[in-house]
Amino acid sequence: MHPFSFIPAATSEAAIQAVATNTQASFFAGGTTLIDLMKLDVLAPTHLVDINRLPLSEITASSDKITVGANVRNSDLAHHPAIHRHFPVLSEALLAGASAQLRNMATTAGNLLQRTRCSYFRDPVSRCNKRDPASGCDAISGVNRSHAVLGASEHCISTHPSDMCVALVMLDATIQTLLPNGQSRTLPIAGFHLLPGTTPHLETILQHGELITHIHLPITGVTANSHYLKVRDRASYEFALASAAVALSIVDGTISEARVALGGIATRPWRSPEAEAALVNQPASRSTFLAAANAALAAAQPQRHNAFKIDLARRTLVHALEQLTKGGN
Amino acid sequence: MAEHSTAVPAASLQIRVNGAQLSLHLDPRTTLLDALREHLGLYGTKKGCDQGQCGACTVHVNGRRILSCLSLAVAHQHDEITTIEGLPHNGALHPMQQAFLEFDGFQCGYCTPGQIMSAVALLTEAAGQPLSPAEIRENMSGNICRCGAYPNIVEAIQHVQEHS
Repeated sequence: MHPFSFIPAATSEAAIQAVATNTQASFFAGGTTLIDLMKLDVLAPTHLVDINRLPLSEITASSDKITVGANVRNSDLAHHPAIHRHFPVLSEALLAGASAQLRNMATTAGNLLQRTRCSYFRDPVSRCNKRDPASGCDAISGVNRSHAVLGASEHCISTHPSDMCVALVMLDATIQTLLPNGQSRTLPIAGFHLLPGTTPHLETILQHGELITHIHLPITGVTANSHYLKVRDRASYEFALASAAVALSIVDGTISEARVALGGIATRPWRSPEAEAALVNQPASRSTFLAAANAALAAAQPQRHNAFKIDLARRTLVHALEQLTKGGN
Repeated sequence: MAEHSTAVPAASLQIRVNGAQLSLHLDPRTTLLDALREHLGLYGTKKGCDQGQCGACTVHVNGRRILSCLSLAVAHQHDEITTIEGLPHNGALHPMQQAFLEFDGFQCGYCTPGQIMSAVALLTEAAGQPLSPAEIRENMSGNICRCGAYPNIVEAIQHVQEHS
């Protein structure tokens, strides 16, 4: 690990100034991604600005939304009664991720900024356009079983690793930040994560020094009936090969409203308006779910080793919808 | 972990470990795991993968289980740390330690301190709600045992759950 200065921040403004004035400085919260990547020499910030003591650990509920502080730990968010009640999909997604120890450490904002598990990104000897812009991509010609089938480019095929973010894109979360100029802004999660395109090193629309302070979750009827299903190589403590976050409103057997997002198969948390359109005004039946799954994966492009993920993602989505409509998930 | 240089001045840290108030001066790169082992001589907490994938380094911070290998020591100013050495009370093993012995919850023993720290925290998290074997396995999935002592680990945890 390269040397760094550790700077505890007493206020959000002080934290932002400490990071904004130094291109090599980084906010430090749970550390579960950052310390891991610093040990691997993938990241080498010269200054870590500790935001753990900032008063950003509250979960508050109003009539129309739940507001989650940036520093709320994944375990606390997953077990909060208001999350259980309004957004079961979010609780299930959080508890499907990592381990109990890591969930006690990892924060909500940190999870939004989680880095890919692509083994070529994590290995500084490999070529990686995300880690080292314009160096090339060894994953495209390498072992790419776990890589993306949606949203990839010829510059990057890495998957977004977060379970929580799949639920958040389905929930239409908004992200509140503080900018170095003192302004606040609110960002819809739909445009928060960037597709790799020609610039895979740019992962979000955040500016350097911009601090996430809160995540807002709008309360809706449809998201109270929601579910997250994750499929992986082992039963627990593993990243997704495919996952689905789903929510349905059903009136007299017909789907009146639908939300679908997919994880483990795309370069960013993947909302699927195509699947949602295939579900709405249709009977809540297996044939409808199959049509939605085909629509969701219609644009999928396999790499050499990951074609199986296209069918796996379809089946994961169908199964998630069946579990949600049959109950007992 | 190779520490290439000490170009950055040491950071001072006030911390409570197993009830003792301590003052440390550390390179900011020092993980909580290395601070416990290399600076405080508490070798019970084990370094397995050192990258958050095995759970051997599990300790409690302010009563919650975390991975000390992915945690910077300097981020724990004034925190209360409990390691496996802090579990016995008045010379008697903690009930979870005793149960791991009685139910043969280990073979080589390397993962055991992490397993026990995780198991103690699990029963605190459960707050008296009975956990099924499946729930115990899921909530202990962050602690890998390469000897495969899992069935006996689950039995040991069930025993403590039923007798506390």
